[in-house]
Amino acid sequence: MDYAIRRILINIPILFIVTVIIFLLVNLAPGDPVDFYVNEEMGVTRDDLTHLEEKFGLNDPIYVRYFKWLGATLQGDLGFRYKNGDDVAEVLFERLQRTLLLMGAALLLGVVIGVTLGIYTGLHQYSIADFLLTTLSFVGISMPAFIAGIFGLYFFSVKLGWFPSGGMRTIGKPETLLDLLHHLVLPAGTLAIMYAANFMRYQRFSILEVKRADYIRTAQAKGLKPRIITWRHTVRNAILPVVTVIGVTVPNLVAGALFTETIYSWPGMGSLFVDAVAARDYPMVMGIMLVTAVVVLGANLITDLTYSLVDPRIRYD
Amino acid sequence: MEPLLEVRNLVTKFKTDAGIVYAVNGISYSLARGESMAIVGESGSGKSVGVLSLIKLIPVPPGRIDDGQVIFKGRDLLTLAPEQLRKVRGKEISMVFQDPMTSLNPVLTIGLQLTEALEEHEHISRAAARKRSVEMLELVGLPDAENRLNDYPHQFSGGQRQRIGIAMALACKPDLLIGDEPTTALDVTIQAQIVELMKELQKELGMAFIWITHDLGVVADLVEQVAVMYAGFIVELASVDDLYHRPGHPYTLGLLESIPNIEGKEERLIPIEGRPPDLHQEPRSCPFAPRCRYVIDRCREAVPPLEEHSGHQIACFRAEEIQDAQRDPVKLAALVTPAKQAAKAAVARSDAPSARQKVLVKVENLKQHFPIRRGIIQRQVGAVRAVDGLDFEIYQGETLGLVGESGCGKSTTGQAILQLLKPTAGRVYFKDKELTGASKKDIRAARRDMQMIFQDPYASLNPRMTVGSIIGESLRIHNIGDRSSRQERVEQLMALVGLNPNFINRYPHEFSGGQRQRIGIARALATNPAFIVADEPIAALDVSIQAQVVNLLDDLRHEMGLTYLFIAHDLSMVRYISDRIAVMYLGRIVELGEGDSIFVQPLHPYTQALLSAIPIPDPDRASRRQRIVLEGDVPSPANPPSGCRFHTRCAYATEICRREDPQLRSFGNGLQHVVACHHAEQFV
Repeated sequence: MDYAIRRILINIPILFIVTVIIFLLVNLAPGDPVDFYVNEEMGVTRDDLTHLEEKFGLNDPIYVRYFKWLGATLQGDLGFRYKNGDDVAEVLFERLQRTLLLMGAALLLGVVIGVTLGIYTGLHQYSIADFLLTTLSFVGISMPAFIAGIFGLYFFSVKLGWFPSGGMRTIGKPETLLDLLHHLVLPAGTLAIMYAANFMRYQRFSILEVKRADYIRTAQAKGLKPRIITWRHTVRNAILPVVTVIGVTVPNLVAGALFTETIYSWPGMGSLFVDAVAARDYPMVMGIMLVTAVVVLGANLITDLTYSLVDPRIRYD
Repeated sequence: MEPLLEVRNLVTKFKTDAGIVYAVNGISYSLARGESMAIVGESGSGKSVGVLSLIKLIPVPPGRIDDGQVIFKGRDLLTLAPEQLRKVRGKEISMVFQDPMTSLNPVLTIGLQLTEALEEHEHISRAAARKRSVEMLELVGLPDAENRLNDYPHQFSGGQRQRIGIAMALACKPDLLIGDEPTTALDVTIQAQIVELMKELQKELGMAFIWITHDLGVVADLVEQVAVMYAGFIVELASVDDLYHRPGHPYTLGLLESIPNIEGKEERLIPIEGRPPDLHQEPRSCPFAPRCRYVIDRCREAVPPLEEHSGHQIACFRAEEIQDAQRDPVKLAALVTPAKQAAKAAVARSDAPSARQKVLVKVENLKQHFPIRRGIIQRQVGAVRAVDGLDFEIYQGETLGLVGESGCGKSTTGQAILQLLKPTAGRVYFKDKELTGASKKDIRAARRDMQMIFQDPYASLNPRMTVGSIIGESLRIHNIGDRSSRQERVEQLMALVGLNPNFINRYPHEFSGGQRQRIGIARALATNPAFIVADEPIAALDVSIQAQVVNLLDDLRHEMGLTYLFIAHDLSMVRYISDRIAVMYLGRIVELGEGDSIFVQPLHPYTQALLSAIPIPDPDRASRRQRIVLEGDVPSPANPPSGCRFHTRCAYATEICRREDPQLRSFGNGLQHVVACHHAEQFV
């Protein structure tokens, strides 16, 4: 319990540092949000720009702006988009859900496939299946999401026509779960490949390691059924290190999701981020970075807490 | 009567990248119901592989049982279907393993680990299995067994875990119990507890057991038969009395000679020269021939068969001659091969230079505490009092032995003296200069004069450095000499510690354990120090190699006028090499005195218990002596008991011991023997 509280509280200073870094990065970057409004055809004048700067509070000193932003952020107010005045938090929340859906589906696929195959190949070392899957996993690991995405798009959508090439739902059809899942298969699958391959290799290695452990020999010496030795003794211990690997993978997954969203025009945070950066939409950029940081910290927190649940040695720390 | 177990010509090999390892080369023995047997050998002797092969517990691949039969209760276990064999494991033959820290599954409760075998083999309900588990835990002496079933292995001490391992093995009342070095990883007093437990259990349950060990002493009063293994062969098999009194194989003889005698002042140890056998060669001659003092031409031509020699089975061509000598040094000397005689004629051990007026190292009220931090802000809530107030002096030219069980603070003391740790309190003087509080520069300069030899020769040498650069490193650091003079010095040092100077550019992995420890010694000697802390320098070595290293250390001391702080848990070796001995318990010195007076008249109950726990490699003396078996474990140094720290385990403890912390008091001849015990008078 003590451990859990400590683990949660440690996130507060980290988040604070994150906000400082985000704010500095965005504000120190060259370029100005009012540049976006420079449009000679519409006859925007210097005065108009000054007026805008005033309106967005861009003339205040940086620390004032920081604390203003931090104060608002803490109250859940992420500001309004410079571009069209939409509420950042509202837009972000909607987009975040979609991205989390994609990430969650990909992570689930990656974990289920990777861990299952890892356990299988670890238990059947040197079998033909082990050889094939291990080789395949090399391919999976060395293929970045944007390459896999283009291949997936070409074969399964353009050539075979099994899955739609983009979007979240078919326009003009009623919104059904089935339709959503149908759209989800390609982007989630693309994103999952690398993680499945990665998790498989860790899981396989971990199984091989545990198989050599003294306590497995003890279990064998007790004459237990192979099934019990495998599941109760080997797999339970072998999954522990993989839990950590899954946790530290999540930040990667965020980056991967941004690429995948762009390829499959998935209306999540990825495309939003690209737009916002191009428009120098500070509130939105900062909002996205902040949310991403929270997701990553949250994932690591969950990993550590899960670990302390499954490994009795951590509990009494 | 039909034997319970009959092993016939068992052959096990391992196929590795480096070639075939001939681990077990055709061993045969038999065991009657209720009989006990020890298999003794050093690392690589095939003793563990030999018994693991009985129930096919060796990893396949790379292992392979190539030949032989294991007849157990009339069936050959090696040809049994896997499902049948599984029903034998744990039910009829069960095992206890060496390392209690890794042999229990860390994520399962001990209750589950105990009951699962019962449910499997006895088909009883979980409730019945738990009841039986509690009974077994009580039988092996685990306190509060009922409430501890839901605890995990890490919540128990090493000794307790080994008791749990034994309870687990005994749960189904097996006909044969195999212990694979079950006490090697334990402290001497805990080892004594487990050995006593085994004796009682065998009396009570009447099962047969095989006890594997590298220590001839441990099994002397425990088993009926002993098999000695070397390089995958049984070289001698006899009843325990016969083996100790009339050993017939030169290797057995060598093992017995390389263990220091704890009764009476010893002559020089006689080590077994040479290195452990290379198991990659298919054996075509006597595997011990290269190291044997009694070798004849015939030994290099064929493998001597294990043959009956007056009640003994011995695999040696000269068995009868050696057996007839009955361990008489004069008769044995006559048998030594002429070419080997030079090597055998050892330098007589000159007695220690007793000009010990001059104090080299002085320790005053030394304390080394390690903080324990807890809670959300990691506040310090206590301290592990690893070393808690030590006062002693080390005289120029002497060896001070520092003994105690793991966790008593002996290694910490060594590191604190060398200022490798920053002591919490107290002062350390070296050559009359205070080290505690000295500047970094001064300490660095002083380190030239104070060096350390480490325990693990595998972990303490940088694997990416050549032997030459390892030994010469401190010369470079202290800017001693130039490149060529340093090289010369390194070669000199290598010759001094008995390494071939031509190997200067080799890497540590090319050497055996004993040779690596020689490298570590040469490294410590490089700067020509006055004082060396040897932290368990032989604990990781095989018995036959230990004697080599101890002899080397002793010779070097006389040749170079060194002073040692010799830290160890093996009391017999400590007595052999030390002039004075300090006994530590929970961060304190409880007794300090001349080696002889400590051994002849120990005045602290803890010292007495430690001494009585030393395995004696002689069945007569071992069974005659009264063993003091300490109960329980060493208390935590974070929370030492009030008053005398030993009172929780002491048979003589009275009210005053619980209340008052005893100070060191002098006894006997002058200031030589000091003891911290309220009741020491009654032992004088």
